[in-house]
Amino acid sequence: MRKIILSVLAVIVVAAIIVTGSVISRGGGASSGSINVYNWGEYIDQSVLDDFEEQTGIKVNYTTYASNEEMYSKIVSGAASYDVIIPSEYMLSKMIDEGLIAELDFDNIPNYQYIGEEYRGLSFDPEEKYSVPYTWGTVVIVYNTKYVDEEDVADESLELLWNEKYAGKILMFDNPRDAFALALTRGGYSMNTTDPAQWNEAAEMLMEQKPLVQAYVMDQVFDKMISEEAYIAPYYAGDAITMMDENENLAAYVPVEGANQFVDAMCVLSSSQHKKEAEQFINFMCETDIAVRNAEEVCYAIPHTAAFEELDEETREDTMVYPPAEVLEKCEVFVNLPPETMLLQSDLWIRLKTTYY
Amino acid sequence: MTKSVEVGSKKVNLIPFSGWMVVFVLIPIALVVYYAFTGVDGFTLSNLTWIWTYRSTLWLSVWLSLLATAICLLLAYPVAYMISRASEKVQRNASLFIMLPMWMNFLVRTYAWMTILENNGLINNGLRLIFGEDFAGLNLINNHGAIILGMVYNYLPYMILPIYTALTKIDNSLIEAARDLGSGGVQIFRRIVLPLSVPGIISGITMVFIPSISTFIISKILGGGKDFLIGDLIEDYFLGNSGVVNYNIGAALSLVIMVMILIATCFMNKFDKDAKTNGGGVI
Amino acid sequence: MKTVGKIFNILIFIFLYAPIFVVVFFSFNEGSSRALFEGFSLQWYREMFEDELILSSLYYPLVIAVLSAIISTVIGTMAALGINALKGWKKSVFLSVNNIPVVNPDIVTAISMMILFVFVLSKFHGMEMGFGTLLIAHITFNSPYVVLSVLPKLRGMDANIYYAALDLGCPPLKSFLKVVIPQIMPGIVSGLIMAFTLSLDDFVISYFNSGATFQTLPITIYSMTKKPYNLKLNALSTMLFAVVLVLMLIVNLRPAAEKKKVRRTAK
Repeated sequence: MRKIILSVLAVIVVAAIIVTGSVISRGGGASSGSINVYNWGEYIDQSVLDDFEEQTGIKVNYTTYASNEEMYSKIVSGAASYDVIIPSEYMLSKMIDEGLIAELDFDNIPNYQYIGEEYRGLSFDPEEKYSVPYTWGTVVIVYNTKYVDEEDVADESLELLWNEKYAGKILMFDNPRDAFALALTRGGYSMNTTDPAQWNEAAEMLMEQKPLVQAYVMDQVFDKMISEEAYIAPYYAGDAITMMDENENLAAYVPVEGANQFVDAMCVLSSSQHKKEAEQFINFMCETDIAVRNAEEVCYAIPHTAAFEELDEETREDTMVYPPAEVLEKCEVFVNLPPETMLLQSDLWIRLKTTYY
Repeated sequence: MTKSVEVGSKKVNLIPFSGWMVVFVLIPIALVVYYAFTGVDGFTLSNLTWIWTYRSTLWLSVWLSLLATAICLLLAYPVAYMISRASEKVQRNASLFIMLPMWMNFLVRTYAWMTILENNGLINNGLRLIFGEDFAGLNLINNHGAIILGMVYNYLPYMILPIYTALTKIDNSLIEAARDLGSGGVQIFRRIVLPLSVPGIISGITMVFIPSISTFIISKILGGGKDFLIGDLIEDYFLGNSGVVNYNIGAALSLVIMVMILIATCFMNKFDKDAKTNGGGVI
Repeated sequence: MKTVGKIFNILIFIFLYAPIFVVVFFSFNEGSSRALFEGFSLQWYREMFEDELILSSLYYPLVIAVLSAIISTVIGTMAALGINALKGWKKSVFLSVNNIPVVNPDIVTAISMMILFVFVLSKFHGMEMGFGTLLIAHITFNSPYVVLSVLPKLRGMDANIYYAALDLGCPPLKSFLKVVIPQIMPGIVSGLIMAFTLSLDDFVISYFNSGATFQTLPITIYSMTKKPYNLKLNALSTMLFAVVLVLMLIVNLRPAAEKKKVRRTAK
């Protein structure tokens, strides 16, 4: 018995030594600090981070979230101290209003000069004080040409998501804002409406859709669409392209009724203790060659003019990544919803998830 | 009555533990109760009445967990019984191999069920080999059945092991005596083995039912994220995945779970005692 | 009847091991699908060792598991000694409190501590959830298991040996170390191992109490399962599983070997 005890103890002690040893050796590198970067999942070329660490000696703690809401609640719960975050525009404007975002010192971000005019001073940051646009895009509907009949997609409509013919093969956003945006657009309303009646009508549509839905997912959508487990899914344009690269049967369109256009922007939290390093990081992400590499990896449209010129022609002319003006006209950018609408949205969403068929 | 060892002062021994438990167990639970009964303007019962709107969720959670517990019991008892009758070496290895799967991260294992159950998964592809490529496939995932399967799979060892332990404690001479006195196999099982294994059954039921009723991952992975269980609701209210964080309702839901489990445990304990006084009595 | 039983047993074991087999099998997949095997390759193992996120989330849970196991073993063993010496209602109060984290569902324990941490930390600016809160949370749910595994050994111990040692002039501390500790050692060790295992495998409590900059392995795995599935996860799980399997076999084969030795010498 004693021997077993001793051997188990020995194993634990050895494990402990290895662990502490490795921790110490990791901490031992001559680093000039570290920053916590909180970004969407699958939204960066990881090798860029290594380059940044190598060039600056600043260590990057990189963690990811699946939705704006998840990121926001982690930050306001006080549970976290991030330096750089990359929220979407509506969340950014909400966070700016709440004083969560620090004003940037653009002297530390000379590469801001590359950001195209049309992406500067957008509604969420009209005075260009808080943020540097990272990527932009629209929501598109991805479908599998092998299983979805041509006549059903001919009109490029949102109705495809409510088509009973594909019951059990449709995926849906697992976050209320994106899901309601689709329903509100289908009903012909603004996705930023504050009219409770319109929200209720949208909720009815989502209820009606629920029996047809295979699963509510976020990034699991890649897996399910590529393996042809599901045939139809709404998702963000850049990710749709990643999926289409993996499975040639996939195609996508921006729905004619319109869709959400989003701009994700880098910013620094006002609670950040490493603001300078954070700005250094943002500047680094805007180096032309880095932006090109990153854009090629994440497949989203970029606001970086110099990097855009260096992308290959096919990407630049891809109307799904860079939709023509007449499509963009119908698209809508999210604005921050007032608290009572947020509350209604949350209640309706939970009601959707707690209605059982 | 044997004397117990008294080393040092018992007060000193208990100080770190008592302090720790008060600060990190009792106070947090008091906070849960506090949050459950307060709102923006102080004391309120509205959180608890609000939960009434989720009665179908509570009911669904209870129902799925009860089914999972019952299935676990039906599957576990024969296995535990057979292991307890086997040779010592087989017994040791068997209980080891029942524990072993739990050493792989449960998320990864649950995900693997997705690979097995999906429409393009192993089972359906296997069936396609038999019935031809055109076989549409069975709907095995993203429904309540898959959630139950996930619960049964993850918590089955918690049912097998306590029953097995209880069965090994049964004195073999009791069974032999009964046999000598002319009892048949069924009668021995019904009158001796089953009553004496009740403590194991009860701890098995608790150990399966409690994690099942509070799960929030299995319903997400195997249920397709369509139907919330209580655990999902609690997670949602505390982490604000639906856009609004509300500790008060989340705490009220947790309180409901706690009370439900408390009642269930009391009920079980009473059942346990009854079984001990009526059935075995020899333990 | 016997064969029916055997078949049933085998089916149950297949049920328990089917997902494990799937995970291990697909970790050697040449392609990137978790459902379509394209050929044998070790690429996912290579990639796993190159993934810093995975590696860094391997270190901290081990540190947390080791620290929380040791601390809760000390607290729990002391508590068991104290509780064992108590009588009557005092004893039942302690035992009931001890059972709270054991009986409560993970999620309730987790959120109750999260409320406390958020409540306290919001009063102190600049402090955040992370290593500290996680360690506290793990010690909290580990200690009761240590108490529960040491208590029976204390109860089953013959106290007279201890008093005999005292009578023979052995100082109390020495008699405690030489007489009591060896007798309850199996309980302490199984408590330690249980605490270590529970801590390493815990997901729910870490999920709510780790803050954001700090990820334990199960949380990294969870965040990876939300992404396009990556077979690195299978490689990682397979490797960890193999390590555990080997350890368990060593620990489990030992008693058999020792028993044989004892029997042989007895002959």
